Amino acid sequence: MDDPLALLFLTGAATLRVATPLILCAMGGLFSERSGIIDVGLEGKMLMAAFFAAAVAAVTHSAWWGVAAGIAAAEVLALLHGLACITYRGNQVVSGVAINIIAAGLTIVWGNAWFQRGGQTPALEGGERLLPLFFPRAGDNILVYVALVAVPLTWWIVTRTRFGLRLRAVGEMPLAVDTAGISVPWLRYRAVLICGLFTGLAGAYIAIAQNAGFSRDMTAGQGFIALAAVIFGKWRPFPALGACLMFGLLDAVAIRLQGVRMPGLGEVPVQLIQALPYLLTVFLLAGFIGRAVAPKAIGVPYEKEH
Amino acid sequence: MTAAIELEGIDKSFGSVHAVRGVSLAIEKGAITGIVGENGAGKSTLMSILYGLYHADAGEIRIDGQPVRMESPHDAIARGIGMVHQHFMLIDSFTVLENVVLGAEGGPLLAKGLAAARGELARLSRDYGLTVDPDARIADLSVGEQQRVEILKVLFRGARILILDEPSAVLTPQETEQLFRILGTLKARGVTIVLITHKLREVMAATDRVYVMRQGRMVAERRTAETDPEELAELMVGRKVRFRLDKAPPHRGEVRLKAEHLGLVDRRGVRLLDDISLELRAGEIVGIAGVSGNGQTELLQVLAGIRPPSSGTLTVCGRVIDPLHPGDPAEMRDLGLAHVPEDRQRQGMVAAFRAAETSILGYHERQPFSHHGLLHGPAVGAHCATLMERFDVRPRVPGLRSSSFSGGNQQKLVLAREMAQEPKVLLVGQPTRGVDIGAIEFIHRELVKSRDAGCAVLVVSVELEEILSLADRILVMFGGRIVGEVEAGADERTLGMMMAGAKAA
Amino acid sequence: MKAVRRPLPGPLPVWADIILLPLVNVALAFVTVGIIVRIIGVDPLHALELLVVGALGSPESIGYTLYYATNFIFTGLAVAVAFHAGLFNIGGEGQAYLGGLGCGLAILALDRYLPAWAMIPIAIATAALFGAAWAAVPAWLQAWRGSHIVITTIMFNFVAAALMVYLMVNVLIAPGSMTPQSRNFEPSSFLPAMHGTALNLSLALSLACCFAVWVFLWHTPWGYALRSMGHNPEAAVYAGTDLRRMTMLAMCISGALAGFVGVNELMGVHHRIVLDFPAGYGFAGIAVALMGRNHPLGIVLAALLFGALQQGGAELAFDIPTITREMVVVIQGLVILFSGALVQLPRPWLQALFSPRRPS
Repeated sequence: MDDPLALLFLTGAATLRVATPLILCAMGGLFSERSGIIDVGLEGKMLMAAFFAAAVAAVTHSAWWGVAAGIAAAEVLALLHGLACITYRGNQVVSGVAINIIAAGLTIVWGNAWFQRGGQTPALEGGERLLPLFFPRAGDNILVYVALVAVPLTWWIVTRTRFGLRLRAVGEMPLAVDTAGISVPWLRYRAVLICGLFTGLAGAYIAIAQNAGFSRDMTAGQGFIALAAVIFGKWRPFPALGACLMFGLLDAVAIRLQGVRMPGLGEVPVQLIQALPYLLTVFLLAGFIGRAVAPKAIGVPYEKEH
Repeated sequence: MTAAIELEGIDKSFGSVHAVRGVSLAIEKGAITGIVGENGAGKSTLMSILYGLYHADAGEIRIDGQPVRMESPHDAIARGIGMVHQHFMLIDSFTVLENVVLGAEGGPLLAKGLAAARGELARLSRDYGLTVDPDARIADLSVGEQQRVEILKVLFRGARILILDEPSAVLTPQETEQLFRILGTLKARGVTIVLITHKLREVMAATDRVYVMRQGRMVAERRTAETDPEELAELMVGRKVRFRLDKAPPHRGEVRLKAEHLGLVDRRGVRLLDDISLELRAGEIVGIAGVSGNGQTELLQVLAGIRPPSSGTLTVCGRVIDPLHPGDPAEMRDLGLAHVPEDRQRQGMVAAFRAAETSILGYHERQPFSHHGLLHGPAVGAHCATLMERFDVRPRVPGLRSSSFSGGNQQKLVLAREMAQEPKVLLVGQPTRGVDIGAIEFIHRELVKSRDAGCAVLVVSVELEEILSLADRILVMFGGRIVGEVEAGADERTLGMMMAGAKAA
Repeated sequence: MKAVRRPLPGPLPVWADIILLPLVNVALAFVTVGIIVRIIGVDPLHALELLVVGALGSPESIGYTLYYATNFIFTGLAVAVAFHAGLFNIGGEGQAYLGGLGCGLAILALDRYLPAWAMIPIAIATAALFGAAWAAVPAWLQAWRGSHIVITTIMFNFVAAALMVYLMVNVLIAPGSMTPQSRNFEPSSFLPAMHGTALNLSLALSLACCFAVWVFLWHTPWGYALRSMGHNPEAAVYAGTDLRRMTMLAMCISGALAGFVGVNELMGVHHRIVLDFPAGYGFAGIAVALMGRNHPLGIVLAALLFGALQQGGAELAFDIPTITREMVVVIQGLVILFSGALVQLPRPWLQALFSPRRPS
């Protein structure tokens, strides 16, 4: 079926299918980073959410309970990150790395203990998954639309509300926010919790919408790619969306490259195709960033003498 | 007098540092009260307690006779107290309007609040003469304008009591005059003002009443009309203080450093240094005066080899440096140039290193500290001990972390380190910033000693007093250029005008 | 929400800060694991007993513990050196992989022609070279392009994995082999090993590296400059250090150290190039470095603990099927969390212990 319109449609659908978790994670990461908290743990939150979404959906036979469980799991890790970074003023990168490692291990330990399938959850069917809404071949389940709405919503919150103004302020100069009588920790905790909500949705999407269950390490670095998208998008929602879509498009196109012979190079090795998103991430971070200006106070725990 | 604020028996400690000891004072309503003291005297801490940033360990605060508890700046703001900090609490990337409105947005959605604030801001600007463009980005404003935004912030929230912490530290003499005129307008409208400062001339000029703090205690209270700078200085320090150093005339030798048409342009194309030409001879102290932010920092960086110039040449002890042949700090040191940086904590030392390690910073690859690729511990320790002895750095413990030393002792250590190399050229930036008066005299005397031993000394300082005291020749910088050169003994008023760019010599 | 005001903590005695606090952090990690283990229905104390016996109960198990510890020392040192320079090297997995590739290639090329006394040093040097090279690219990107080294090193882990699979399947696979592995190495490349275990001479190499790192960081001018950059880059510039070059140096040393994992695995145990031998050592190195406070002595102790965990954990997973090997990963993550991010958590309790009547 080489009708160009259909091809365009399917490519677009494939792009969105891959980009959705990236977009959701990126929006979450954006809130956290704009508030001054580096979040390298997007990957771990998404993974834990994926596991709980699949596990609960399998047990309760309901996709919606799965989504709720995924969000809850991500929020627990988000609170942990917040505790370490905000209340205990620990190293934010270390906290994120720790959360990723803990999530990678715990999901398998629990998966094995509860389902005895070597870390996988039982395959989900029908109502246990989030199914396409309008176009069965395109995989447009509700979370895809949620992701697309999330971007302008994020933009609106960050630029048009009081919360957004204070959020941006606390990422630039928490001292100014503090002396204005606003609580810095409370602002940052809210940012971190919003991040948990989005990464929870992303994880749920991967496990019960895009796929039919959880398998080990299924996030495969997408949390980091989302973070790179945020940085590449200079911490703004729409440019970050652009970066996520670019990754999605790359993936959609790359599948078609498999088995194709390139002139002079021979067959494109499947491992190169697998490595492409990671190479592209490095390329993005190296090539066009130039002087991307991060929120001024990012990564620095806010400390004041009492 | 009617007291707007009364503080009674305020006490505050930070761990083992007893910052405020049983201080009581009364701020007269509708008057301008000055609080003076050296660095570390406790005046900023005291006002931070009043503003709710810190909690006092003991004591009472009364506003209009009513005892109050200040839990946070929120409470202070609610009671009409506003604070303009020495380091502005402004977000560079936000506009004036956004900064003013932060914390008092008037609702969860910004649109309405911003519109209302715009109107209020216009009214305040008219009434108090504080003109500023509400849509300008803070990063694009001058320091004087930024300070006006800080004052507007405070008035926007209905403050009737204004606390200003070292407001003129970053202003030219002319901008300072403007500020005090604004304060006068505020006073005329019934605003109570508290001025924290260490600049005695300003206290004399602007205040009605003055309190003197020393080492955490309130040691004196005077009506400004009934005292003078000498008495206040003596009260601040506890003994007679000489304002000017006795020094012999300079014996000038050969030219050690020569800058010719130096220029520096940053990545965005902003011209930071513009056609700088100067000469530094052995045996003289050249002072560079100017309000901070006029290129002095960048000049020091270029002279020390930290940044290469964009144009022009620099000749140091024979080596010619220009954009095609840049130098670096290590090479400059090899040529006999030593550099005491403006911000010793950020540039001149590593806080986590022990004093012994700090004492070889920049010289760590040299003999006798390094030999065949290995650091020689005992040599380093001995060196540090010698430095501490010669410059009276306390405590005399080379193994102590550098961050544990007081500001004055840190500065003495850094200075000792650089001077111990017996440099041919010594560059010094803000030598006595954050240093108490006793150490100031010591440091000034050492600089003169170095000059008399034949060193070529360049001192950059925003404290005009210091320049007038130390320098044999004074250059004034404004807007990245040298706008004037005068011999020692120049008239302060002339210098002030040059610093503000009003007059070129 | 009103900010909670806590009195400013007074200082702890030095020994408590350096020894007790880290131990308490590790203890908290273990207690948390105990709780998790309980949740999945296993008696934590029984599990602990099996773990200890599994790690130290026989000469063979001690040998394995030390063999694992060797890898942890290498990756722990790698992370620590980078940390001292203010850099977060998460690429230990990829650098270990490439280090193995390096020594493997050298051996495959030369093992038939060289005697052991020449082959072994050359292979070790090549491992270091390849590991350093894999770290050099993210280092260059950070130093010259400002690319966040955390993300680039993680990406390079993924790329290394893909690269190795491609090479093993298509290029280096031994003729006639069903699994992706190279031909066996000749004995000239073998490191002397202890009978019956995987413990081999790389342990001595790891201890030599500890000593070398200690000397380098605290007793050479370059180590001094590296540490100053880690604490305060501006002061390092002032002192004449070229930050970009120092970043490259630190990361290359770091990558080389991680590359030595390949020496242990391929020259000491497998004697051919195989896939997946980095097996999480790179990430565990972060835990080891943090627990060991980035000091070689602490790293050796932490590596021994983690080696015991790894060996004991393997035995534990064997005896109690409900607990998989991934439990060890969870412990590593918790140690990183408590030792690296929640470091200050136990401080108020310890302070209460040491100075109950602090004047405030």
